[in-house]
Amino acid sequence: MEALRPYEPKSRVGKWFESRLPIGGLVHSSFIAYPTPRNLNYWWTFGGILAFMLVVQIATGVVLAMHYVPDASLAFDSVESIMRDVNYGWLLRYIHANGASFFFIAVYIHMFRGLYYGSYKAPREVLWILGVILYLLMMATAFLGYVLPWGQMSFWAATVITNLFSAIPVIGESITTWLWGGFSVDSPTLNRFFSLHYLLPFMIAGVVILHIWALHVPGNNNPLGIKPKTRQDVLPFHPYYTSKDLFGLAVFVVILAWFVFYAPNFLGHPDNYIPADPLSTPAHIVPEWYFLPFYAILRSIPDKLGGVIAFGGAIVVLFFLPWLDRSKVRSANFRPLYRQFFWILVAVCIGLGYLGSQEATGGYLIASRILTAYYFAHFLIILPLLSWVEKPKPLPESISEPVLKDEKPAGSGGSP
Amino acid sequence: MTRAVVRAATVTSKQLCAGWWAFLALAIALWLVAPAAAQEDAGAEGIEELDEAIAEDEEHADDEEHEEDHYPLKVPERHNWTFDGPFGTYDPEQLQRGLQVYREVCAACHGLERVAFRTLSSEIGPYLSEEEMREIAASYRIVDAETGDVREGRPADYFPASNIPTAPDLSLMTKARAVGDGFRWLLDPFIQYQAGGADYMRALLVGYEPAPEDKEIQPGLFYNPYFVSGIALSMPPPLSDGRVSYDDGSPETVEQYSEDVSAFLMWTAEPKLTDRKRIGFQVMIFLVVFAVLAYLAKRRVWSKEH
Repeated sequence: MEALRPYEPKSRVGKWFESRLPIGGLVHSSFIAYPTPRNLNYWWTFGGILAFMLVVQIATGVVLAMHYVPDASLAFDSVESIMRDVNYGWLLRYIHANGASFFFIAVYIHMFRGLYYGSYKAPREVLWILGVILYLLMMATAFLGYVLPWGQMSFWAATVITNLFSAIPVIGESITTWLWGGFSVDSPTLNRFFSLHYLLPFMIAGVVILHIWALHVPGNNNPLGIKPKTRQDVLPFHPYYTSKDLFGLAVFVVILAWFVFYAPNFLGHPDNYIPADPLSTPAHIVPEWYFLPFYAILRSIPDKLGGVIAFGGAIVVLFFLPWLDRSKVRSANFRPLYRQFFWILVAVCIGLGYLGSQEATGGYLIASRILTAYYFAHFLIILPLLSWVEKPKPLPESISEPVLKDEKPAGSGGSP
Repeated sequence: MTRAVVRAATVTSKQLCAGWWAFLALAIALWLVAPAAAQEDAGAEGIEELDEAIAEDEEHADDEEHEEDHYPLKVPERHNWTFDGPFGTYDPEQLQRGLQVYREVCAACHGLERVAFRTLSSEIGPYLSEEEMREIAASYRIVDAETGDVREGRPADYFPASNIPTAPDLSLMTKARAVGDGFRWLLDPFIQYQAGGADYMRALLVGYEPAPEDKEIQPGLFYNPYFVSGIALSMPPPLSDGRVSYDDGSPETVEQYSEDVSAFLMWTAEPKLTDRKRIGFQVMIFLVVFAVLAYLAKRRVWSKEH
């Protein structure tokens, strides 16, 4: 428990500096002595993994930007020159492109972990809302970045998404023209997308700081969803969770490397190796996989404005989640009904993802309408009702009780 | 009183839950029948309008035709390539033959404008000698970008663009085409399948055949069941047995030509593939060892606490 003691610089220079800017103490209390529930499982390593992925994306992205040219007539060529002529340019680009996908894999796991263990509930509502803001910023960044290679899918994704704004009554067309910087998606659009794609990651980094701050005020939730009560219930972040996070991260990076080196184009779309051509529409315009559930929701509404509202609503509803779920019990391990609905929601999201990749006709359309309805019903009807009808299982007395007395921690079995 | 309500509600909650499970089962069932329904329900009102709203007035003119047949009619066979798998490399001799097929046949129409002559001597590519590479470069007439004069090609120059506007450039073709095969794609990253483009090209080149009698082919088009976006394409069958003479004794057949030129075009699209796999193997060894050490370190740290 040595690490739980407050930070005291030993050298004279250290003391001098610390009395003027106590950054050593801040780092010490945030990432070394920070008391962390002792029962966190590996689903809790994804926060650290996400921070790592943000650094990877910024580092590779900054170097890619040194070689990239944001001009409609040169963008595709400059990306190909990165792939062919820049030393290890292929490696940087494949890490950046696959890194974006893995960023989303990590964020989806992180979000569903929060859903399963009720990490959004009081006193962590602001933490959750900051997380949803981070997710929105990630979506914007990923979309803007996908446009930059200026392949067919880049161009048509930009066209489809910016066109959504034209659904807004009265001012929609003007907004779309304003976004484009012209009367169609062209060089000015690409130029501003590049500028914003470079800006947003730093905004993400800023909100990440707030997110960690908001985490460290109430402290981590944990698989039991109960508050740590004694010193027995917590461990210093270092070395316990630094070592655990490092192992989780290492496994994650092995999987990322597998894709980067052995299947680098698996997560991309072949049409994006065709230079953008405003005169030829691809047979099926599909977004990247991580947007497919929302794309299915968008297309399930037989009205453009309605589709856009549903698409936005699917994310906005997450902001209200802390107040929609009124159950006092956090962890789904003690909520027999919620636990089942959680897994249904996971299946529904995967189903929507699949439907988003198919043509919106016939049975596919009917299915995506049903699943869209279910998605909203989960948040707006099922969750508020559940807190009424569900009888939670009894909660353990403390974190250390099941962890230290039994060999099998109650909170670690059967979780996502 | 409240407790009684809660208890009563708990009973109904079980029924409620069963209801939702049934609902989910129904959704899954619908989902399974969806492809069949999608074909029958070609008209599906409303959604076409939406599709158009989304893609904004772009041509979906051939949608109706699209509903009947799904192209390609045949899924390409998965061929064994030298560049498959974690240790795959290009076979320089095969790439040289493929280069020859490209220059003697495909280049009549198709360009290769992202490939510089200098890369032909790459040791992870066709590995031509310096002289051979310079000879090939010099056989092209290039318009100098600075002076505007026509001169002999140099190593730093690139292959010319397509001769006819409707013939796509081939530099990236094997990464720009892929044909789905049901849910097989779910396995592809695990088996490291990355040759969809090369398989497609090879299948297309050997796949020309007389059109079945019930299919109507427009004049000027050629039936090919492997063509990805229609029943026929405007490229006539480009290869025939004996058309290119190899001097390394390889069979002079359409099969062999197709395989060689597809491998060559895989190289033009992904010239760093061999490096990528070699470095990848080293990185994987490093990362796996690192992960094992991280695990042991974690176990040791936590051993004091359990």
